[in-house]
Amino acid sequence: MMKQIIAGLGLAALLPALALAECAEVSQGDLSIRAAWSRATIGTARPAVFYVTIQNNGSTDDRLTGIETSVAGMPMLHETVMTDGVASMPHATAIDIPAGETVSLAPGGFHGMLMDLEEELKEGESFPVALQFEKAGEVSIDTEVLPIRAREAACGATP
Amino acid sequence: MLKTIRIALWIAVAASLVGVATLLWHKDRQEQAAAFRPEFSLPDEAGTIRTTEEFKGKHVLVFFGFTNCPDICPTTMSEVAQIMDDLGPQADDVQPIFISVDPARDRESGLNEYLAAFHPAILGLAGDEAQTRAAVESFKVFADPEKTASAPGGYTMSHSSSLYLLGPEGDWLRQFEYGTSADDITADLKERL
Ligand SMILES: [Cu+2]
Repeated sequence: MMKQIIAGLGLAALLPALALAECAEVSQGDLSIRAAWSRATIGTARPAVFYVTIQNNGSTDDRLTGIETSVAGMPMLHETVMTDGVASMPHATAIDIPAGETVSLAPGGFHGMLMDLEEELKEGESFPVALQFEKAGEVSIDTEVLPIRAREAACGATP
Repeated sequence: MLKTIRIALWIAVAASLVGVATLLWHKDRQEQAAAFRPEFSLPDEAGTIRTTEEFKGKHVLVFFGFTNCPDICPTTMSEVAQIMDDLGPQADDVQPIFISVDPARDRESGLNEYLAAFHPAILGLAGDEAQTRAAVESFKVFADPEKTASAPGGYTMSHSSSLYLLGPEGDWLRQFEYGTSADDITADLKERL
């Protein structure tokens, strides 16, 4: 009896740690990049999305200037802009990553728009995205495909 | 004796407050009676025309969007799905409706399959240009195509991003701006149901 309780408690402590461990983090230069996620798609006709969190631990500003991925022929940085409740999403030529700050590509703000999908994005799978930074260079991160209903990264790293 | 008078006065104060509250409530009801009743008349995927009239008796949550929008549209549909789940049995009294502002693409795109992936209760409507324009104007919202090289097919849509709530009489009750949490919307709906 006691054994099962201890095992149960151990599992309860372990599970969240495992869930968090699933969130890949990549560091290069002053930047650490984590919580890369996307939503599952139905077929390839509609564009998919790419969200990520970028932390600049250094003392110089950097800029995200583009993204590349094998799953989309036309990946691009976009920003959702609200003007009097009207949403539009212009192309973002670059996203500032100021020194000492954390910037998220997250719902309702910046996002990677993955157009001309080469393959359906299936829940539970992952795909690599290469982020191009002005100073830190190119950084590749594994992007988790979450359910179409997902609203945030599975590891909750979006501040 | 003095005490009795004091009590009587307090009762009078309370009664007049109730009276004022009732008057305000009636005024509110009358304002609602003369309320704004936006309408739509749009086909679902099967081609059947669906109108606001059909949903009398239910609260209706309306969103204007398009399925080629990968950011705020799926985010809002996820919120709506969460609301429908959290309402439990009361969800029967709420009809969520997605009106396409990009109907040319969405009539071809399998709108039902897309919306069902969020929640089976969400009804998708995509009409022709005139029907869509009529709904957009009736709701006093905004939707316009924007030519751009940075979108599939060379255009994207800018569109009003709120959720609109209609009451059981088809009267406009309020809007929930983009970013309002599912919990807040669920709580608001539960008070009305
Ligand atoms: Cu976009």
